[in-house]
Amino acid sequence: MHDSVFDRYHETQSPLHSLDARVKVVMAVAFILSNSLLPDGAWLAFGLTWLAGLFLNWLSGLGVGFTLKRSFIALPFALAAITAIFAIPGQPLGEWQLGSLTLIPTDAGLLRFVSIVIRSWLSVQAAILLVATTRFPDLLHALEHLHMPTVLTTIIAFLYRYLFVLTDEVMRLTRARQSRSAAVAGRRAGRSVWWRARTAGNMTGQLFLRSYERSDRIYNAMLARGYTGQLRTLTPHIMRSRDWAYSAAAAFVILLLQISGRF
Amino acid sequence: MLFSPAPLHIPNNFLSLAVSILCWVITASVLAVAISKTNKSLGERQVPLMGIMAAFIFAAQMINFPVAGGTSGHLLGGALVAVLLGPWAGMLVMTAVVAVQALLFQDGGLVEMGANILNMGIITVVIGYGLYRAVMTQSRTAKLATIGFAAWLSVMASALATSLEIWLSGNAKLEIIIPAMLLVHALIGIGEALITVAALGFILRTRPDLMGEKSASAQGGRGWIFAGVLISVAVVLLSPLASADPDGLERVAIDLGFIDTARSGPFELLPDYTLPILGETPFSTIAAGAIGMVVVLVIAFMLGKAVQNRNPVNPKS
Repeated sequence: MHDSVFDRYHETQSPLHSLDARVKVVMAVAFILSNSLLPDGAWLAFGLTWLAGLFLNWLSGLGVGFTLKRSFIALPFALAAITAIFAIPGQPLGEWQLGSLTLIPTDAGLLRFVSIVIRSWLSVQAAILLVATTRFPDLLHALEHLHMPTVLTTIIAFLYRYLFVLTDEVMRLTRARQSRSAAVAGRRAGRSVWWRARTAGNMTGQLFLRSYERSDRIYNAMLARGYTGQLRTLTPHIMRSRDWAYSAAAAFVILLLQISGRF
Repeated sequence: MLFSPAPLHIPNNFLSLAVSILCWVITASVLAVAISKTNKSLGERQVPLMGIMAAFIFAAQMINFPVAGGTSGHLLGGALVAVLLGPWAGMLVMTAVVAVQALLFQDGGLVEMGANILNMGIITVVIGYGLYRAVMTQSRTAKLATIGFAAWLSVMASALATSLEIWLSGNAKLEIIIPAMLLVHALIGIGEALITVAALGFILRTRPDLMGEKSASAQGGRGWIFAGVLISVAVVLLSPLASADPDGLERVAIDLGFIDTARSGPFELLPDYTLPILGETPFSTIAAGAIGMVVVLVIAFMLGKAVQNRNPVNPKS
């Protein structure tokens, strides 16, 4: 397996790609917070936010529909907000009986539900664009500049770097399980759920031991190459004037979105 | 392939800003203690180990087994990693996992990450480790049985915390969300328990030294038992209470001003725009009080442990 399976970065030349990673992180979080702050049913603001998202897509050089295509994987999760329909008091729209529970959907609840799904969908696009235009090491470096503790960024860096190695390990274990699980066509293979769970548990234990021993080897190799407890990077992170300009523009746009959401 | 079927990763914009911030404050203070503790007691050697272990949890979540009807069980990992690496390191590992799930795979929101880390990375570890610590010197069977129960309960606690956070944000009624979440996760938790027990049983057989007296997981003080048992009891008491009689609980939460603060922050410039919240289903005092108490106790306990400058036991890598 290649590490690119997990990599969400899309290489190209664009103003968004060359922007300082810190600016992009702060912009993405501000964008998501701005969505949280928009009141329910602020359709104009939702529309404008979507347009702003489209503009950023265009700016990224990845195509206007780039994040739209990828945002749908997150949509099923957003549908979990369905409980909001019954949670807000308002004009009842009907009554459903579910066991001993009486569910009363309300107009305000429906408004809240639709608003949450839209907000969530807009926010996911911002997050997708962030990781598509920023290399992961740069992202971590930016988080470190933004005062995320070094221990955490280092752990995440290791997680990212070895994720595909351990995924390979999982695939080997799974292949081994499959090759030992002969089944007669038409007959149920394997034993009870408990037995299957135990097999999965043994595989997990095996994966742990392999990972544990690998981490020893990795550590020794790192020591041999001069590791002192700090991961270094060659990319300089300096705020240039255009980074400041983009930050100011983003802040202005978010302010406009907020104002449009309230009138 | 990578996504947890358990709806525990709270997506973007699901929680009100106030609840998100509250969760971030709790999470950040616990993590600050965890970081200072690991920096003090563990060498630089531990950092690559924790990184690989985070990748291990991530990869282990891909090992699934068919249960029934096309669904499959797989691991959340909080209890497992707590037993293997000890509580503080376990929290950091789970934090890294949740952070990468949110950053790279959009599994869980960025602003909601504080809540997600709290639910999946802190509560699970405290329960898993606390209960394990109580029986650490007991027989193998007692150990595995307790870990199995702790793993199941950690998933339930996670689901309960998620429900409460969504409820506090005003996006669900307790009598709907709590039974729904707890029912689903009672089943998911069984899968968690089975895999955790089998994995630890395997490790006990092949590398007992990793779980022995001198292992990394032996470094937590006995106070963890207190924290783990306390949260467990709270979950066990709260779940039936909150689902059976939510009305009383909500009323007191309103009286305390708890709900208003959570649901309408200072950012609400036009309060008329949103619908009045007071007419809503009431909730009772006991739960709100109990949660608050448990949270405060846990934080106090952790801060206490952090301040207390014990001689760190040098763990075996």
